Amino acid sequence: MLDSNPSVEQAERSGSRDWLRRLGRLAAPFIGLFLVLGIFTAIEPGSFPTVRNGQTIAVQTVVVGIGALGMCFVIVCGGIDLSIGSVIALASVSGAMTLDAGYGPTSAMAVAGGTGIVCGLINGGMVTALRIPPFIVTLGMLGIARGLAKLLAGNQRIAPPPESLGWLEGFVDKTPELAWLQVAPAAWCLLATAIIAGFVLRRTAFGVQVVAIGSSEPTARLCGVPVARTKILVYVLCGLGAGLAGAVTLGRLGVGDPTTAVGLELQIIAAVVIGGASLSGGEGGILGTMIGAFMLSCLSAGCTLAGIDNSVQEIIIGGIIVAAVTIDGLRQRRNR
Amino acid sequence: MRTDLSEAIPSHPASLLAMRGVCKRYGGVQALRDVDLAVAPGEVHALVGENGAGKSTLMKVLSGVERPDDGTMEFAGRAWKPTGPVQARRAGVAMIHQELALAPHLSIAENIALGVEPRRFRGLGPLAPLDRRAMHSTASRVLARLGHGGLDPARRTGDLPAATRQLVEIGRALASQATVIIMDEPTSSLGRHDADRLLGVVKRLRDEGLSIVYISHFLEEIRRVADRFTVLRDGRTVATAPIEGSTDQDLIELMTGRSMGAVFPERVRQRGDVVLRVEGLAGRPTPSRASLEVRSGEIVGIAGLVGAGRTEFLRCIAGLAPITAGEITIHGRRVDSSESIGARMRRGLGFLSEDRKGEGLALSMSIAENLLLSNFRPVARRGVLSTTRMRAAANKWIERLAIRSGDPVKAAGTLSGGNQQKIAIARLLHQDSTVLLLDEPTRGIDIGSKVQVYELLDGLARAGRAVVVSSGHLPELLGLCDRIAVMHRGVLGPARDVAECTEASLMSEAVLGSDEEVAA
Repeated sequence: MLDSNPSVEQAERSGSRDWLRRLGRLAAPFIGLFLVLGIFTAIEPGSFPTVRNGQTIAVQTVVVGIGALGMCFVIVCGGIDLSIGSVIALASVSGAMTLDAGYGPTSAMAVAGGTGIVCGLINGGMVTALRIPPFIVTLGMLGIARGLAKLLAGNQRIAPPPESLGWLEGFVDKTPELAWLQVAPAAWCLLATAIIAGFVLRRTAFGVQVVAIGSSEPTARLCGVPVARTKILVYVLCGLGAGLAGAVTLGRLGVGDPTTAVGLELQIIAAVVIGGASLSGGEGGILGTMIGAFMLSCLSAGCTLAGIDNSVQEIIIGGIIVAAVTIDGLRQRRNR
Repeated sequence: MRTDLSEAIPSHPASLLAMRGVCKRYGGVQALRDVDLAVAPGEVHALVGENGAGKSTLMKVLSGVERPDDGTMEFAGRAWKPTGPVQARRAGVAMIHQELALAPHLSIAENIALGVEPRRFRGLGPLAPLDRRAMHSTASRVLARLGHGGLDPARRTGDLPAATRQLVEIGRALASQATVIIMDEPTSSLGRHDADRLLGVVKRLRDEGLSIVYISHFLEEIRRVADRFTVLRDGRTVATAPIEGSTDQDLIELMTGRSMGAVFPERVRQRGDVVLRVEGLAGRPTPSRASLEVRSGEIVGIAGLVGAGRTEFLRCIAGLAPITAGEITIHGRRVDSSESIGARMRRGLGFLSEDRKGEGLALSMSIAENLLLSNFRPVARRGVLSTTRMRAAANKWIERLAIRSGDPVKAAGTLSGGNQQKIAIARLLHQDSTVLLLDEPTRGIDIGSKVQVYELLDGLARAGRAVVVSSGHLPELLGLCDRIAVMHRGVLGPARDVAECTEASLMSEAVLGSDEEVAA
């Protein structure tokens, strides 16, 4: 009588553990975020928890956030894109050149996005057609895109006429013209894009196929999932994200800078991993990624306010990445 | 029958290793209850039971991975309380794992000595130089004992075939002076020839006076090698008895706890039109020549040794391996060789992989996603998935195939092998396959699940689907199929009616090739 039906009991127990595990995946980034918010509110009570600082953080989140959306797909798919920082720089240069040539901000954004798409297409194509590990392919692209950006810009910033930026400038203005928006329009666009991305990843056949490829590529192939096409599309999405992030960078700086976003790939990957993604693929989500991105910009804004040096910031972010990956490793070991 | 066997339990006075009343509980699950096991010196003791019966837990307790909650254990006359697998191995009880625990980049000698390396100048601690000569001589001595004296101990382990790697692991156990060796499904990844050799090694070790606890699903294998057996069911010892005098039927009844009139379903099937025609199929490197016709409503078996090209043959048809020659026709329409597996699926082809964990299922994904992955159309509108429809569709298959799991959102990896296999088969039904290619559909699942899979396949054939089953297990093919073709070195022989086949005839064809082939 005591243990009348062990299998049912076992099923129930592991069922509730599954639920806890899913909660745990999202709890970690939330706890991290609140920790960061709490610490800086305590250190800088006068300047950190203010509307103005909130507006700064919102704008700062946009670049990392857009990049992280695409990166989330790539990582869930079992890949990695190390070239994203360089592609952002290249896109900002190509966008600035478009403005310089007399075209409007809409064209500049389209060209920047297109630049990202082409880079993503090359990344995805190399990964699938030549079966080179994504780490190597995108490491190559990291160098190529950066070099190309410098070459195109002649090793200096490209400064288009300030008035040519047009709506792009207001798009990333941290105190928007339409005061009721509270934060930059770009931040709202990021939020909308994130919701769409989350829907695509969880609620469409394409999204589940991306997860399947990351979880077990042979299984996906066996099930008739167009593996190569899906992977290329995922890298293209990531490239598009990088391109748009480049346009946003251009709007914020007002210039196309080939040396911008150096090492940004680290922050973007960190945002995705903090958000609960596994670097071995098959796990990860958009909500977590967004929280990760938000946490990182809170961190850098807080460090700036507290007068903590950039170099120390880098050390902290490095430590957070190692911690996040360690947690992921522990989680996987426990599940095994 | 059962009571007779149960009375044989009282522990051997001369047992080398004995467990009495061992209990182990994981949270709410009682994995072992009052388990008794007595292993005599110099015997091969088979441990059998369905998956989940508690065999692995028992072995973990014996080898010190887990500590029992209750009960006593004795080894060589003393209380046995191992603190871990390494300590257990040094004390004389070694475990050979299902998944081999060898470092592929190290040499045979280094692997055998791993953890107990002979060193010179011991005072230097971990920096002490290895005594390579002693390592090599130990390795050679041990390999000779295993009947493989010719093997060079300096060879890299990763370059060795699976069967030889297994010998290296057994060698490691011998090198540490183990007197009890526990083998967990040692032949599950080996071909017939290698399995035979391994059984020879087991007998040889027994004759040297070692005791071997032998876990296996293969009853014929147990019959060939074991002296006595113990059956576990639901964490309890059901019986211990000499293997001589017990029939397979007895063992199956003891394992499953129910009488099984027949393991295989009766064959009353209606053969229809030819739905799959393969002509002169060749791939790289195998098959080299394969032709087959399969009609609706029949089950056709593909027999052959491991490595004969059975898997590649099915993968070529499924579109997972490139073909260099030949023609495939499904439902009367020719398949273009460049047609993707997805396109072939839409024509009604379904393929079940032999590698369930690596390819068949995405273990970290949910049961529902695994079931529906190959065909989201019924649960999606314009690419947008409906969670309610996904759940409903998954529940339908869970119910229809009696998949014991409960919740479709649980990860597929949490299920037992048998239930996992049912999910993989259910996926083929969900994609509405009319021609099913099943590669080793019952590999690694317990007998109860096997019977269910046989019934399922029979039901599919009766419903007018065509089923092709590839298996290395001849009794299974003889019991299940209507016709059987034998693959020999990439050449597929003619499909013969099962009435014309015997285990001996199939085996000789598998080893020698078919008569027609010899004539040609």
